[in-house]
Amino acid sequence: MLLHGFLPSLLEGASVTLGLALSSLAVAIVLGLVGALAKLSRSRVAQGLATVYTTLIRGVPDLLLMLLVFYGGQVAVNTLAPMLGHEDYIDINPFVAGVLTIGFIFGAYLTESFRGAFLAVPPGQREAGLAFGMSPRQVLWRITLPQMLRHALPGLSNNWLVLVKSTAIVSVIGLSDLMTRGQQAAGNTREPFSFYLAVALIYLVFTSLSELGFAWASKRLAIGAKEARL
Amino acid sequence: MNFDAILDEFPKYVEGLGVTLKLLALSLSCGLLLAVPLAVVRTVSKGIASRLVWAYTYVFRGTPMLVQLFLCYYGLAQFDAVRESWAWPWLSSATFCAWLTFTLNTAAYTTEIIAGSIRALPAGEIEAAKALGMGRALMLRRIVLPAALRRALPAYGNEAIFMLHGTSLASVVTLLDLTGAARTVNATYYLPFEAFITAGAFYFVLTLVLVGLFRWAENRWLKPMMSR
Repeated sequence: MLLHGFLPSLLEGASVTLGLALSSLAVAIVLGLVGALAKLSRSRVAQGLATVYTTLIRGVPDLLLMLLVFYGGQVAVNTLAPMLGHEDYIDINPFVAGVLTIGFIFGAYLTESFRGAFLAVPPGQREAGLAFGMSPRQVLWRITLPQMLRHALPGLSNNWLVLVKSTAIVSVIGLSDLMTRGQQAAGNTREPFSFYLAVALIYLVFTSLSELGFAWASKRLAIGAKEARL
Repeated sequence: MNFDAILDEFPKYVEGLGVTLKLLALSLSCGLLLAVPLAVVRTVSKGIASRLVWAYTYVFRGTPMLVQLFLCYYGLAQFDAVRESWAWPWLSSATFCAWLTFTLNTAAYTTEIIAGSIRALPAGEIEAAKALGMGRALMLRRIVLPAALRRALPAYGNEAIFMLHGTSLASVVTLLDLTGAARTVNATYYLPFEAFITAGAFYFVLTLVLVGLFRWAENRWLKPMMSR
């Protein structure tokens, strides 16, 4: 039989991986927007904090950060919980640890992409919004954000592809994702090559579909944008 | 925070640093050696050779390096033919598999980086070389590669940093690199913050060193050819 009947298990793992990747992306986009706005703000403190964030995160491997958040978080939570009157031992959920770590890491990368994208929106657009009497918040939501999205798309798509692949390391802290399911099946059937190959193919499908999706989105967002031809 | 245990175990980290650096240097240098000819094939050839290189880079860039590492280290043992072959002593070694996987992975990314900068060469440079009567090989050696490799430096610097971080995966296949050392220390003393932050500090300094090295290389080779 195909993959000894382990295909449903692999597909279940694939959906966990997809959920993990999408949730992490949501966290990363929020952090990236906050980070980019902080870097572009006039406040020295906000600029400094954002710079420390992006520099530190981008200087350390994601696997190490994952281990730090998972094992360190375990210790931190169990030191703090008794102080708050909690008696039982608390286990950190690997899914939550994974989403927070990956979101935190890619938030740093997206900060840089979004910062560049904000800068690519002509300043006249913002000024025109202000001249119409919009509040800075309205200008951000109605004028700057929709326009920066088009410039942010290439960075976003690159980071998403790297992010999807990064989720594989969550298997190291025991989340039952695609990678873990592959490992279990490989151990049960003693056919590691077949199963890791299947896992690789599923990741390849994810990344290929994403590339198609982003190609479509970039066309869609470029509607009305002037294109220079030589 | 209790850094006494970390100080006792410091030699472990230093050894781990050695393993990380060895893996990084070997895979980056072999990957680059492999990537240059592949990038040339990818851009110069129009037939099946270019397609094959594309398929190779597509598969390696589209799947996680952890899966590739597992395929090599755990996967190949499935085949009796591999286990009985002359290559088995190598393929059953975690160090060799890590090196092989990292090399093939970085070569795939580097091929695309170099191929991209070959394609982006100003047409005038190539036309000038042709006008001087250079053949294809001479043109590649004297004009195309020197110019393309210099222009690839900024993107290649990022790739090198990604590889430094990627070497931490070696700890998953039992190697005692920097991350492996941190995991051992955490397992022995149960001091996750101290153990992993120490390793993180090492990686951070290594990253800064790489950034500095590439900045120096860009000043030395890339800046002089940029228009002022």
